[in-house]
Amino acid sequence: MERRTVFHHRLLPILLVAPQFLLTVFFFLWPAGEAIWSSMTRQDPFGLHSQFVGLDNFTDLFEDPLYRDSIGRTVVFMTAVSLLSMAVALLLAVFADREIRGRGIYRTLLIWPYAIAPAMAAVLWLLLLQPQIGLVGVWLNRHGIAWDYHLNGTQALTVVILASAWKQVSYNFIFFLAGLQSIPRTVTEAARLDGAKGWRRFRTITFPLLAPTTFFLIVVNLVYAAFDTFGTVQALTQGGPGKATETLVIKVYRDGVVNLDIGSSSAQSVVLMLGVVALTALQFRFLGRRSDA
Amino acid sequence: MRRGPDWLAHAILGLGVLLFALPVWLVLAGSTQDSAAIARGELSLWPGSDGLAAYARAWHGGAPRMLLTSLGMALLIAGGKIVISSLSAFAVAFFRFPFRQVAFWLIFLTLMLPVEVRIIPTYAVMSDFGLINSFTGLWVPLIASATATLLYRQVFVSIPDELIEAARMDGAGPLRFFWDIVVPVSAANTAALFVILFVYGWNQYLWPLLVATDPRLDTIVIGIVKMIAVETQADWAAVMATAVLALLPPVVVVVLMQRWFVSGLTDGEK
Amino acid sequence: MKRRTLLTGSLALAASPVAAQAAKTPLVWWHAMTGANGEEINRIATGFNASQSAYEIQAVYKGGYADVLTAAIAAWRANQAPHLVQIFEVGTGSMLAAGPATKQVWQLAQETGVALDPALYIPGVRGYYALSDGRQASMPFNSSTAVMWYNKDAFEKAGLDPEKPPATWADTVAAARAIKAKEAASIPVTSSWLIWVQLEQFGAIHDLPFATKANGFDGLDAELKFNGPGQVKQWQRLADMSQEGTFKYTGRDTAPDAVFYSGQAAIGFGSSAGRGDIVRNAKFRWGEALLPIDTEVNPNPINSIIGGASLWTMTARERTPAEYKGVAEFLRYIGQPEVDAHWHQTTGYVPVTFGGYEKSKADGYYQTAVGADVPIQQLARGTVTANSRGLRLGRLAEIRNILYEETEKMLQGQQSAQQTLDAGVQRGNRVLRDFQKSVGG
Repeated sequence: MERRTVFHHRLLPILLVAPQFLLTVFFFLWPAGEAIWSSMTRQDPFGLHSQFVGLDNFTDLFEDPLYRDSIGRTVVFMTAVSLLSMAVALLLAVFADREIRGRGIYRTLLIWPYAIAPAMAAVLWLLLLQPQIGLVGVWLNRHGIAWDYHLNGTQALTVVILASAWKQVSYNFIFFLAGLQSIPRTVTEAARLDGAKGWRRFRTITFPLLAPTTFFLIVVNLVYAAFDTFGTVQALTQGGPGKATETLVIKVYRDGVVNLDIGSSSAQSVVLMLGVVALTALQFRFLGRRSDA
Repeated sequence: MRRGPDWLAHAILGLGVLLFALPVWLVLAGSTQDSAAIARGELSLWPGSDGLAAYARAWHGGAPRMLLTSLGMALLIAGGKIVISSLSAFAVAFFRFPFRQVAFWLIFLTLMLPVEVRIIPTYAVMSDFGLINSFTGLWVPLIASATATLLYRQVFVSIPDELIEAARMDGAGPLRFFWDIVVPVSAANTAALFVILFVYGWNQYLWPLLVATDPRLDTIVIGIVKMIAVETQADWAAVMATAVLALLPPVVVVVLMQRWFVSGLTDGEK
Repeated sequence: MKRRTLLTGSLALAASPVAAQAAKTPLVWWHAMTGANGEEINRIATGFNASQSAYEIQAVYKGGYADVLTAAIAAWRANQAPHLVQIFEVGTGSMLAAGPATKQVWQLAQETGVALDPALYIPGVRGYYALSDGRQASMPFNSSTAVMWYNKDAFEKAGLDPEKPPATWADTVAAARAIKAKEAASIPVTSSWLIWVQLEQFGAIHDLPFATKANGFDGLDAELKFNGPGQVKQWQRLADMSQEGTFKYTGRDTAPDAVFYSGQAAIGFGSSAGRGDIVRNAKFRWGEALLPIDTEVNPNPINSIIGGASLWTMTARERTPAEYKGVAEFLRYIGQPEVDAHWHQTTGYVPVTFGGYEKSKADGYYQTAVGADVPIQQLARGTVTANSRGLRLGRLAEIRNILYEETEKMLQGQQSAQQTLDAGVQRGNRVLRDFQKSVGG
């Protein structure tokens, strides 16, 4: 794990690390500290008056039924996006792992969507599902289905889940495929010779061997769904209608940037920070040991 | 054992490809249709008769500047992060210096602070530095995170001892060593990182949204979302043309560098 | 000798425009206007720059009203605030609490000696932006009020008299039903700025309170009161109409504007400032009418309140007296009858000065632009009461968003009108108390 030191310079390494270190201090640690400090104050938007209020912002948050709703909604959202995205990706990876003609092309065609921005995924899905102009949206309304995610909260949540999950399939596919390819052929051959059919083989051999990949992806997907989906949700529904698609990260943005309630928004940020720390710690606990080698 | 083609696999994979190709085909086809017709609900999968008119409108509507901003941002973020991270990882892997562990852990900490969680205070810091509404403000804060550093460190630490010994024998100093040995050895990782970071930089939404209130600093992604903001007044064909332009560069990068990208991405996790 | 004179001469010639330009004090003006209105803003800026040689104002579009407010605050905190910023009416409460960040009009006039006489301005317009003792805080610029736009062609198709727009809500509902029955338009009624038009304006013209303490003018401790029987009746009416298909909610703020001028909606409630876009885009005969009255709630309607925005002067650490003088000169410029009248006539915002109104009358504008005086009529109707002076509540924009959210739930059938407005009052009061505490009130 540790290698013996190669060079004995003292000043040079400090200079080499300095840029990253300085950027980290100014754009990560200082703001994080500020967020913690602000979360314990109540300020006016102009920053002219600021009072220290201890943990009031936090108690207000957790006593607020709307915030608790947001938490529940975000959990539902994260679970749905991760599950959907990983299931589809796994299905595709399993078949892309087979020895078929043109699998290189299939793979390329399933990998390129990695390049799509979350906000762009929103635009693309809007063009599919928008009630007045979307390809499918218009069709639904013409055939008697009242489809309008601007008015119906459940439809809105469905749309953002679909768009978010869709965007992430490619990433999961890449990892699942790599994971499948690293399972030695001998193992699967042995299972087949033993008479295990496709699904049984998958269930008893393949899937368990994919466990590390799966676990890694679960954490990555949860973090993606919690944070990176900001662009998707904001572009499609801005958290609406009402609060139907207001996830925790959208709420931080709304309260902080739109409503200029720095205290509450900072408190929410701190809560989110703790969540990420917990998830990342979990991930590194189980996987980090290996990557340290 | 000779079998026919694996119909099931082709069907599933075909559907998968379609799932992603459909929306893209839709924007391509839609960009050639008439906006007023689209607004009436007549968007269709068949190419329209408007040809490239929408692209001309998009071009004159500010797309070039936005594309350039996005390109600048993506390249600077990718390049900046690669340079900074490789240098830091190099220092941490091959030297022993005071505060080394501290530096390492502080950098590691940044993994747990996605930008969404520090938007307000980071904005305040940027304000203090006068970086709001500046192009510098768009990319500098985004090059500091630790993932690349950790990746490089992993690679560096597994450089075989023989190479190091050879360099030592040659009397190479650390910077020579870095340039002649370390950089080439990690070339594949650098290529992978370039793809990942380019896409990351190009696709940013929340950060540029906050930092740049001047419309002249809009990235192409921000630009498109603004175009659809008031849905009843959007020029749909131009939106789609702009979307095509916005998707092209990152897709091209991913496809052209696919092999390195995939191996770099998946190797890093193991 | 000759050559040297020539040289010096040409250098002097080359230098003079540069010198003249260097002497012009630059001023920056952030605004939120697009389309026809945005072009007018640029025209005003150019006009001002051409009318004198001491100052050069640059108009910069910064996004929607909410974006402009956020950007202005952030800029001020970074000591990069613009000289003038266009803040929507619901931001007035927040701006009044901004203390040293702004220089109020009366202060500006005093310090620079430039005459900005409040008496020149129409009281119903300037009152929204004045302190309780009459001193002017911000400069009214683009003031609109809510009106009812209606599609005359659709009316005819529905068998209604196109020259007789409905004057009461009972009539409006009947008209909507006729439009639906005869399929004269795909959407009988829609409304832009739903909360502003159907709650704030409705309350004002029917003399119903929005909040205590004269809608917040008299104190930071105001409490919301818009869940009274009159307003609940209106909200229930909207819910019922939505249920029967005579009213369709087509989005927040200005999103429904295009629904009217594209011909989809027969009746579109909205801002009088939508006139410019309607003139440009509507391919049918249309009319501008007063907001309908609910005679059961109040048979004697009074004035509606203004919407739109005003101009606030912002401070900065190194800002010079010369710059403030420039701002004052600009504010005086836009109050001149020709500038005010031109702005009013091209946009649909009402004239803010008597001079502008008189000039428009003298120009015969109201004969050619039929209906353009409807907003002015409505603003001047009756006597102003504590309920119709306007609203002065901190974070009012957030309260509006809360109401949008609750109403969107109601329109999905998830709650009643009473519950909606009650929730709005409850959540809104929390915001008000927060604001009060945050400004040390």
